[in-house]
Amino acid sequence: MKLKTGIVAFFIATLLSGCSLFNKDSLSEEDNSAQNMMNSLNDRSGVDSNTYNADGLQVTELGVDSQISEGIDALMQSPEFSDPNSPLSTRTIYFEYDSSQVKNEFVPILEAHANYLMANPNQRITLEGHSDERGTREYNIALGEQRAKSVFKILQLIGVMTNQMDIVSYGEEKPVASGHTDESFALNRRVEVVYK
Amino acid sequence: MIKLAKKIALILLALNLMAYSHLLRAELTIEITEGVQSAHTIAVVPFASPLGEQLKDDVAQLIGSDLARSGYFKVLDKNQMLTRPSQSAHVKFRNWEALGQDYLVIGEVTKDNNLYHVKMSLFDVYKKEQLKGLRVTVEASALRMSAHHLSDAIYEKLTGIPGVFTSRIAYVTSELNSQSKTKYNLYVADYDGANAISIAQSKEPIMSPSWSPKADKIAYVSFENKVSEIFVQTLATGERKSIAKYKGINGAPAWSPDGRQLALTLSKGGNSDIYILTLANKSLRKLTKSLAIDTEAAWSPDGKKILFTSDRGRRPQLYVMASNGQGVAERITFDGDYNARGSFSADGKSVVMVQGAQGNYRIAAQNLASRATTVISNGPHDESPSFAPNGQVIIYARRKGNDDILATVTLDGASKQDIQHTEGMVREPAWAPRK
Repeated sequence: MKLKTGIVAFFIATLLSGCSLFNKDSLSEEDNSAQNMMNSLNDRSGVDSNTYNADGLQVTELGVDSQISEGIDALMQSPEFSDPNSPLSTRTIYFEYDSSQVKNEFVPILEAHANYLMANPNQRITLEGHSDERGTREYNIALGEQRAKSVFKILQLIGVMTNQMDIVSYGEEKPVASGHTDESFALNRRVEVVYK
Repeated sequence: MIKLAKKIALILLALNLMAYSHLLRAELTIEITEGVQSAHTIAVVPFASPLGEQLKDDVAQLIGSDLARSGYFKVLDKNQMLTRPSQSAHVKFRNWEALGQDYLVIGEVTKDNNLYHVKMSLFDVYKKEQLKGLRVTVEASALRMSAHHLSDAIYEKLTGIPGVFTSRIAYVTSELNSQSKTKYNLYVADYDGANAISIAQSKEPIMSPSWSPKADKIAYVSFENKVSEIFVQTLATGERKSIAKYKGINGAPAWSPDGRQLALTLSKGGNSDIYILTLANKSLRKLTKSLAIDTEAAWSPDGKKILFTSDRGRRPQLYVMASNGQGVAERITFDGDYNARGSFSADGKSVVMVQGAQGNYRIAAQNLASRATTVISNGPHDESPSFAPNGQVIIYARRKGNDDILATVTLDGASKQDIQHTEGMVREPAWAPRK
């Protein structure tokens, strides 16, 4: 397990090295998100890898697709998605103001989704990026997309195939909380992982 | 006069065609929230009307409302009038002088078969002279528009600036239907909110309406296919074309002043950049090449420059670059911590924007010659400023209580008005250019 995690971390590091041609200012948030994920993987590789689901990787290695879920109904009946103790039951990733950096607390959740998607290569998802209402609408569309892309990159780095993932940004147009308070803003700054 | 009547008839024809293809209507009403102390005083006497006929629209009332909304006039309450002349020969200037009026408007409506002749005379009370006389001939259904035409003439005569009372606006609304599902509408209305007609409806968001320079088409973003897509819709026919449906963002359409090109925000190249689409041959040219967010393009009136929002300096700020892509982008905003969604006035001398500072989002105007920026609205959640074609007034969206409404503010910030919509949240106003 330690070795496998190390390989994933190496893979991520290799990909990140390709990022050096990127403008530092503009992409620093996304660099950080990947960097954070790498750190969290490294941290855990030496201590405990429970949250980095070993089962998912094993299924991938065997190449067995015995549990492919077709359609949302079938998926939602699956206990992994409805059991509140399962990380797959969490399908919303929250962000800080004007930031597209994925917070460490959400990395295990994304790892669980990545493992599921790697085990079920026919499963597709849409990453819906959203923002709070502050700032201009078209800028918020761009911000929502950056957030969805941060999540996309992490899932990709873990091993999810890019053709399993779509991105759409709704900016501030589809709030889940209608209030105008900091609490509402926090709930609206999100990426929703939508299984199709 | 015949020419003007023809023009009005054409406008009406266009409105009727629009009404045929679309069903939803809504009304806006305007409320003055802050006025100017130094405004000129003007009396608009109720117009004499054909014997025994109650006209559908009160022309004098509409002219008075138009002038009051401009922020530059204080209009006399008709109940304070001592006399109500409708002929020049009956005007006694001392009566109006006694009421402290700088200017006087009188008029009459006469009927000739199915046509109405609306005659107006404008006087300078202190000089005791007539400044302007005008007659507009229309069908009954266009009396309202005839009043706006007369308002334009009065405003231009007294201020030297063309009026905007015959212009139109577009805006987006969202409201919950009976099943608690959000419904989005794109409306076109007279500048004062009258004759509002929904030209597009969707269960998914509609955004960023942008008028063509001839005000005959609107480009906008629709998520109706669960992805962002830019459409161009011809108002007279309702005909609609999808012009951008690339992978990722398709947003912030902005017509070039010659109407041949649209600036767009696309993210198909990996991140949000501004592209120039030539409509005739569908060719696409990438204008910005930064790896930051570049969006919300606006053209300078001469078409040579593009103003846009970018966070290349970490926070969103406004930049200007050549529309041919040459040279480097120059940052023009340094006040506040957030400056976005800029647009030029028609004379190219001013830029309006949303300025955020410590979470307070207000409309600000920059004089491009002096680079001085003035905050002109009160916040805390103001957005989407759009210049009137004469550059004197800006329409924008603001929050009032829990409602999103439209409001106007004069370029100097002195006069403000709210425009109340009857249903739903109102946003993203776009003032149509002069036809």
